[in-house]
This record gives sequence, structure tokens and C-alpha cells, in this order.
Amino acid sequence: MRNVGAVIRRRNEEAAGALIGYLPVGFPTLDESVEAAVALVENGVDVLELGLPYSDPVMDGTVIQAATVQALANGFRLAHGFEAVRRVTERVDAPVLVMTYWNPVVQYGVDRFADDLAAAGGAGLITPDLIPDEAGDWLAASERTGLDRVFLAAPSSTDARIRQAVEASRGFVYAVSTMGITGARTDVDQAARGLVGRLREAGAEASCVGLGISTAEQVAEVLEYAEGAIVGSALVKALADGGIEAAGALAAELARGTARK
Amino acid sequence: MALRAQTGPYFGEFGGRFVPESLVAALDELSEAYTLAKLDPAFGEELAELGRSYTGRPSIITEVPRFAEHAGGARIILKREDLNHTGSHKINNVLGQALLTRRIGKKRVIAETGAGQHGVATATAAALFGLECTIYMGEVDTERQALNVARMRLLGAEVIPVKTGSRTLKDAINDAMRDWVTNVETTNYIFGTVAGPHPFPEMVRDFQAIVGEEARQQVIDLTGGLPTAVAACVGGGSNAIGIFHAFLDDADVALYGFEAGGDGVDTPRHAATISKGRPGVLHGARSYLLQDEDGQTIESHSISAGLDYPGVGPEHSWLAALGRATYLPITDDAAMQALRLLSRTEGIIPAIESAHALAGALDLGRELGRDATILVNLSGRGDKDMETAARYFELLDGSAE
Repeated sequence: MRNVGAVIRRRNEEAAGALIGYLPVGFPTLDESVEAAVALVENGVDVLELGLPYSDPVMDGTVIQAATVQALANGFRLAHGFEAVRRVTERVDAPVLVMTYWNPVVQYGVDRFADDLAAAGGAGLITPDLIPDEAGDWLAASERTGLDRVFLAAPSSTDARIRQAVEASRGFVYAVSTMGITGARTDVDQAARGLVGRLREAGAEASCVGLGISTAEQVAEVLEYAEGAIVGSALVKALADGGIEAAGALAAELARGTARK
Repeated sequence: MALRAQTGPYFGEFGGRFVPESLVAALDELSEAYTLAKLDPAFGEELAELGRSYTGRPSIITEVPRFAEHAGGARIILKREDLNHTGSHKINNVLGQALLTRRIGKKRVIAETGAGQHGVATATAAALFGLECTIYMGEVDTERQALNVARMRLLGAEVIPVKTGSRTLKDAINDAMRDWVTNVETTNYIFGTVAGPHPFPEMVRDFQAIVGEEARQQVIDLTGGLPTAVAACVGGGSNAIGIFHAFLDDADVALYGFEAGGDGVDTPRHAATISKGRPGVLHGARSYLLQDEDGQTIESHSISAGLDYPGVGPEHSWLAALGRATYLPITDDAAMQALRLLSRTEGIIPAIESAHALAGALDLGRELGRDATILVNLSGRGDKDMETAARYFELLDGSAE
């Protein structure tokens, strides 16, 4: 199995850190989402985050919502998520995490979901609306299958909750850069720097910062203090506006931000 | 343990906090503030005083014999939450949460609304307490409840029509949660029903429990005993839990929640969550849910905006699973016929939401017979529904095409 933690460690040894790129499965079509994901990796994305479109994505801003609504209207099914993971991992070596809201996993069956994700070559799950407090089934299933589990930490998280996120997570901890939802911002909040410091004090091996990152300069800024930078909405917007080529070009541009200064 | 003593976060296997980490601090803050408020007699006294001098509590009960003639002769008694200031039970909860907002020290409140009743109540409380107020309302609902949009704006609230998803209540909740995640430091979310993450199901229930506490004593005073059955409509379920709660441990009192059956529960167009859904996670809680095989939420349908919601509060799911309460669907048409019947026999125009409970009571009365006493929560008044009713019954000259 591809190891997210190992890739992030390697990128922090050979460069400033890791670039993590998000795209939703099935947007604009299943085939194009697979091609676009491959293009991201070929252009310097180190870890892929494939999102499963969901009817009620409370952590997502307008760009990602618009894309996932279209994917659902085009007939996205959970089975397409596993298919996309399989097809992408057959083509590129980057580890592939799946980002999903919790209800689809519950309905599919937590154990069955873990088994099918592992069988497809997936590295693990990012769960934006599942906190460790409610994650008993998933902690057990990920232990059994060896899948990574990425929980979120927020600037408002207490020290106890920071420790809980660090202990429950494997792969990395997703540091929410600012209080908000997904979507490109001009300034990535300074709160991220403080949060990553707290995560490190709590023993986190890798913290990756997401929400609001859209330029190579922001990637470079984040990698001064974090192990990885996560870019979502900007890539989705590039894909929506300019197709696979534009998404690949943006990935290449963002990857400049991982160069060691 | 008494059923009434059940608290969150879990009601059996239902409830919990399935939320982004960014919201946990706010939910903890709210839980703590609420716990302290409950222990503070001054909080309870201030809320009770607002009830007396602002809402108009206690609300009366009204026996409706002419309506009851159509219900097999059973006695039917209405709990008149429609007479509250702002026209529904929603004000009970909103005043409680607005007081809490002040205790926490936040200056801005947000809320979702379906029919507009909770939005109007929140805008009202915001005006009373001098809070900045933003209401999220599905675009579909802003069209079918235009009068309530005007009310909220007159009260000084900003109303944001939500254009995502089904453009109804569930999407209004999504956008309100997005706002809260972003502005949590300054903003309190005044949630309108007994759904959502802990502490909302427990807290909203507690603020609505006054309905059943009053009604239980009022029915005893009037009839000399407990009612045979208690009936309420269920969308998210706040008016139903409000009137049920005082009766939960009265084993002889049957509890009936009437869900929105829309075009019929054998069609895809309904909002009968417990009748036709299965457990899942939506809006922060595990509860019954209308969803497809993949766990995608299915868009609900009801003629009543206030019941047009694919989820339901976790305590209702628990009461259904225990068999303590029974949940049955009522079609749009049955509700509209009951709305007209109450209007014509008793001179009381109910909200379409509450008309679902009335239609259910007509069925119950025929089943239970002449010796039965049925307490119905008349949760809201029908003023906001006149346009829908006028179209449905072709009441306006020139509108009947």
C-alpha cells in the first residue's frame, strides 16, 4: 500500500514539503476526473485527495459544491469512487486519499467501505464531518485494513481536542487554515501557523494545511511551517474553466511552491 | 429511568455530533452555557417572564366539538400555540436561545427557516434583544412564503434566499452551518427544531416542553383526566416533542406524530421520514433520513414548507424505535381538507403544518371512538398560508383559471 506519511516525509527531505491536490470524482465526467487526477500527479502533486460528491456538503464552498452537484446530476454513484481510485492508482504512484462526508460510508457499511477502498488501492479517508468522538467504527475498520485516517483540527480546537486529533489521525492531520469552508482566499490565515505549532507540540508527525490556498506563493508560505499544503477549490475551478490541461498547468505552477528556499 | 429524563447527546442509537471540527468549540460553548443556564434560577425566571409578558403564555386550550363531529365523536382539544406572538410555537425556543446568546456574549444570530415561522420568530427575538440577524431560507420557500420574508425584513433581519440543492429547508440549514463555521467567533446559530448536533435536540426540546406541561394540566382541569392520545405534526419535530414530552411517562397516553405524506408515501413526493426513511447522518445527527442507497439525501416534498424536510429529530427516531410514539403520514390533500374543515366548523384557520395533525386527529377519533379525548397541538396559525390555500381551493376571483 502507498504510504501517505512516507511520501510527506520524503517530500520534506528533498523539498520544502508536500503538495496535496483535491478533485471531486465524476466532475466533469468520471473519465475526465480520472484523467485530471493523473494530470495533477504528472505535474507535481504528491498526494491526491479524491472527493466523493455528496448531497449536503456543509464544509464546501460554492466552487466545489457546483462541481459535485454536477457530478451527482451526471449520475455519480459510490461505486464510481472506488473505480476512480483504482484507475488512478493503476496509472500513477501517488497515494490516493478519499475525502467523504460520513453518511455515504455509513450507508455503504463502514467495514465494506474500508475493504473496497483498500482493494481499489486507496490509502485512506479524510472525513470532514466525522470527529474522532464519533468515529469508533472507522477507527476499528482502519486498524483492521491499515488505511490512513485524516481528521481535522481547527484554530478553535482545544488542546485536548488537538491531542485527540493527533492520536486518532494516521497519514497526517488536516489543519484547517482559517475558520471557514473551502474556497480560495487572498490571505491564508495566520491562525494556520499557530495551529500547526500546536499540532507539532501535541506530537503530530505531519500537519497539512488546507482551505484557501490557491497560489504557488501561498504553498511556499504554508510549507515554511507545515509538512504539506492542500489545494482544492483552485484546482476544481481550473478544471471547470480550462479543462484537464488547465488543471495540470495550475498543479505545475503550485508545485513551484514546494521548492526549497 | 423515566423517558422524560433522557438527555443528549444520544437518544438510544440516535443523535450525536457529526459536525466539522471547526464547530465543536461552539457546540461545547453552547452546551456549557446551557447547562449553567439551567442551573440558574434567574435564567428560568427571565424566560418565564418573557413567556408571560411577550409571547402570551400560557396559551389556552380550545375544545372543538363541531370539528370533532367529523372525528367519530371523540373529544378534540386544541393547544393554541397559534395564538402566541409571531403565530407559532417557534417563539418558545427562540426566546430561550436568544437569552443564551446574550449570556455567551455574541452579537449576531443566524437561523434557517422553512415556512418562515422560525425565521420570523428569530428576527423578532433579534429585534427585541438588539442582535444582528441573518436568516437563510430556501429560494423555493421564499417564493411560497413571501409574506414571511417581508415580515423578517421589516423586523430588521437580512434574508438570504438559498439557491443550492433543492432550495428548501435542508439547503437553508447547510448554508446556515457554512455561515456558522465561518463566523463562529461572533455568531450564535439559533436552530429551529429538535434536529442537528447536540445540544440542539435536547435544548430545543426543553424550551418547547412548556407546551406539553401547560396542556397536560389544562386537559386535566377541563376533563378530569389525561387525554387518550396526543397528536402533532412532525417535520423536524419541535412542536411534537414539545407537546409529547410531558406525557412521555404517562404510559396510557398514546402519542402520534403525523408526517407530511405529500402526494402519498407510495410516490416519491413526500416528507415522511420515519415512515419511509432509514437511519443515517444528516445535519450533525444520526436519525431517520430520506436517502438513496448511496446515502445521498433525497429531496422531500410537502405542500407545507415547515414539514418539507428529509430528516427528523433524533429523539423522535428513538421514540419510534422504542414504540413509545407512533408516526403516520398525512397527504397534502388530507391536510388541506382538515385546514378547511377547522376553518369552517370552528372559525380557526390553522397553519398547513398543524393541519396535518388535525387530519391525523380526524382519523384517530374515528378509530378510538366517542370515549376518546385527543389533544392536538395547533402549532401555528394559517395567515402565512393564505396564498397556498387560496390557490388550492380557488378562493380568489380571477385566480381560478
